[in-house]
Amino acid sequence: MTQVLSPVDAVVDIVGVTMEFPGVMALDCVDFRMYPGEVHSLMGENGAGKSTLIKVLTGVYSATAGDMHLAGSKVSFSTPAQAQDAGISTVYQEVNLLPNLSVAENIMLGREPRRFGSLDWRAMRRRAAELLEGLNLDIDPGSLLGSHSIAIQQLVAIARAVDVNATVLILDEPTSSLDTDEVAELFRVIRTLKEQGCAILFVSHFLDQVYEIADRLTILRNGRLVGEYRTEEILKIDLVQKMIGKEMASFSELEQRHRESEEEIAGTGIPFLEAKGLGRRGAIRPVDFSIDEGEVVGLAGLLGSGRTEIARLLGGIDRADSGTSEVNGKAVKLTSPRKALSKRIAFASEDRRGEGIVGDLSVRDNIALALQIERGWYRPIAPKRVTELAQHYIDALNIRPADPHALVRNLSGGNQQKVLLARWLAVAPRLLILDEPTRGIDIGAKAEIQKLVFNLAENGMSVLYISAELEEVLRLSHRVGVMRDRHMVSMVENDSLSVEDLLALIAEGSEDEDEKDVVA
Amino acid sequence: MSNTVMERLPANAATRGTLSAGRRIITSPKYAPVLVTLGLFIAMFVSGGVRYDNFWSPQVLLNLFVDNAYLIVLAVGMTFVILTGGIDLSVGSVIALSAMICAKLLEAGVPAAGVIAVTLVATSLLGLGMGLMIHVFKVQPFIATLAGMFLARGLCYVISEASISINDPFFVSMASTRIPLGGSASITISVIIALLVVAIAFYVLHYSRFGRTVYALGGSEQSGTLMGLPVGRTKVLVYVVSGLCSGISGVLYSFYTLSGYSLTAVGTELDAIAAVVIGGTLLTGGYGFVLGSALGVLVLGLIQTMISYEGTLSSWWTRIFIGGLLLVFIVLQKVLTRRRN
Ligand SMILES: Nc1ncnc2c1ncn2[C@@H]1O[C@H](COP(=O)(O)OP(=O)(O)OP(=O)(O)O)[C@@H](O)[C@H]1O
Ligand SMILES: [Mg+2]
Repeated sequence: MTQVLSPVDAVVDIVGVTMEFPGVMALDCVDFRMYPGEVHSLMGENGAGKSTLIKVLTGVYSATAGDMHLAGSKVSFSTPAQAQDAGISTVYQEVNLLPNLSVAENIMLGREPRRFGSLDWRAMRRRAAELLEGLNLDIDPGSLLGSHSIAIQQLVAIARAVDVNATVLILDEPTSSLDTDEVAELFRVIRTLKEQGCAILFVSHFLDQVYEIADRLTILRNGRLVGEYRTEEILKIDLVQKMIGKEMASFSELEQRHRESEEEIAGTGIPFLEAKGLGRRGAIRPVDFSIDEGEVVGLAGLLGSGRTEIARLLGGIDRADSGTSEVNGKAVKLTSPRKALSKRIAFASEDRRGEGIVGDLSVRDNIALALQIERGWYRPIAPKRVTELAQHYIDALNIRPADPHALVRNLSGGNQQKVLLARWLAVAPRLLILDEPTRGIDIGAKAEIQKLVFNLAENGMSVLYISAELEEVLRLSHRVGVMRDRHMVSMVENDSLSVEDLLALIAEGSEDEDEKDVVA
Repeated sequence: MSNTVMERLPANAATRGTLSAGRRIITSPKYAPVLVTLGLFIAMFVSGGVRYDNFWSPQVLLNLFVDNAYLIVLAVGMTFVILTGGIDLSVGSVIALSAMICAKLLEAGVPAAGVIAVTLVATSLLGLGMGLMIHVFKVQPFIATLAGMFLARGLCYVISEASISINDPFFVSMASTRIPLGGSASITISVIIALLVVAIAFYVLHYSRFGRTVYALGGSEQSGTLMGLPVGRTKVLVYVVSGLCSGISGVLYSFYTLSGYSLTAVGTELDAIAAVVIGGTLLTGGYGFVLGSALGVLVLGLIQTMISYEGTLSSWWTRIFIGGLLLVFIVLQKVLTRRRN
């Protein structure tokens, strides 16, 4: 592992790249280099310029200044297609696939197998199935992409990218909605490609993952290059400090407060919402569920275990076809998001692009959206008040650029997620349902958001918290619902549960619960 | 953290909902509208036979094709455009224009083959112009093709204000030749051309890269671009296809009417759009079949036939029925796409 890295061997060599958007310097004279057979991690806060660098590299944007060399020869791409032809295969940050076409087509489109000049659908399905197999993903290649969850769509995007014989593979936050299991599969694939000499660019806000897979890392801050390091030579704490430019408040304070408050809350539990036998055919088997005022309940389970489905029923997105719910002891029918909102139940979806943000509206208007809906259109909020509100959340969540009038479409992925969160926090709901709220959010902001959730809970708001990151679920929740096979197998008190305990519960569940359900 | 404790998901648990294959087809935004249209067509045909004498004859069915061959071709071109999420308002005027060009050139003594070639090239170029306007200058398809519509209609008047009749022997023979299909049933050559166009379009949409890119464009233009698909080229080409189809349609129309007149085919673009929508293509693009559009034309034709069989109703009832039907279909599409999400 002590090969000498000289610019001559570099497969990607970027020198002095600058990218300027109106009013925003997204990249400022950045150098970046990748070598064959290495996994390289691009690190930085939300809005640091990671995705922008990737888009410049792959011809989505054309850089304001700078040079780019691919395997020694100077290149400049003006479309993603050209970058692909030159051997750069990319999975962009959001899922950028076609929901109206089949999984197989999404994987193969652009290089479909042909016979006598016409598309060979059989070969296409077969090849797609092989690639899905390679990721250990067992779905029907003929099914519509749009019918699958975001996580599966993400895996399909990865399958598409690894199919090409690429010399450079770029993965922009591929793991943000994946479970440990899927991440392991992905890493297996990455390692194989690496052995074949492919250079892999891996972006993630999960430091553990970066340390597990990356050989080297490049750190960006505010569009500037901070430095380039070997992963084994930099400590996590230094890395974070270099990313955010200051020392980070640790999570331990949060954990401490959690322990303290746990005792208080246990005594004063007034139920806010109680659901009995709530279920929906094909989505989730009937569950009994209750949440107290000021309580944080986590949901843990694998992909497709039904955690999102419960949230969607409670948020009024999907209609339950069995069971009853009560809010403060009064029966309610949560048949639409509006109904839920009128009971002060807010649902923040995991699919921020599809169901969340409105790209063509400003940050301010996105934040005010739910609040305005809750009030009704005939009671407008004073514009000044809206701007204040937006400014408050921009500061609280460190949204960048800190401009209430910036179009959300132009924000980085993590900042869009913060805007979405702010929208629901602004409603000040009684029950806040958060489905993967920290997806794509950097480590500093993650701590801020968790602290905020925690404060709100201390002030009496109930929170239903769903996350693939079990540490996060455990850090925040008082109780954890364990989901398996579209069924809540158990609800456990979180007194010093460990991640391993939780994993065991997810894998095994408890047998008697299962039996009870069969009888019912 | 161990991964071994985690079992793999069963196939269906990974997707949202576990519908049976049959239910999936019926509720899928892809197939359901076409199936509904097919059901509707059959139901109408059966009820027509119950209600009227002499309705259940092969010729009634075949006449749907004979009378609407030009509309089928038009709807095929429109399907390409609508699948990408665009619209082409120019097609009605282009029919008039191409019939006009045919009539004028034939009058001047140009041989029929040359006339048809010139017409098709001209209408394709018009489509190309609109496509470029939409792609390069980012003009809304609605506006660009509206401009094309006025341009084509205006050009008709430039060619001639009066109606020009066609007596070229080739055109006349195309109008009168009947291909017997056994018994007393027969079709015209136009029907064969129309069916050929449908078959080619089906092949192109489902078995060529261009065709799949058309669907991709309707799914998400941004994703298509990031996936490296030739989005720009495809966007321009669909308008060329639509221009070409309107040209063919215009030629068929002149076979049918044996004249060129500036005021013909006014509003036909709306019939084509209606047929495409009734045939199950989503107006926002991405979902639909060219066979569905052909079926949509047949449904429109059948409404017309039934109203003429009724005898007492004025032909304007056709419009009312088509309007009602469109409404039903748009609502149906909304319901289906909402369920998908
Ligand atoms: N099209 C655009 N127009 C204007 N500003 C943009 C545009 N795209 C990105 N930016 C700005 O450039 C900066 C860098 O964004 P980028 O998406 O590269 O961040 P990132 O490092 O990928 O962050 P994240 O971790 O949140 O994904 C941000 O401030 C963003 O607002
Ligand atoms: Mg990014």
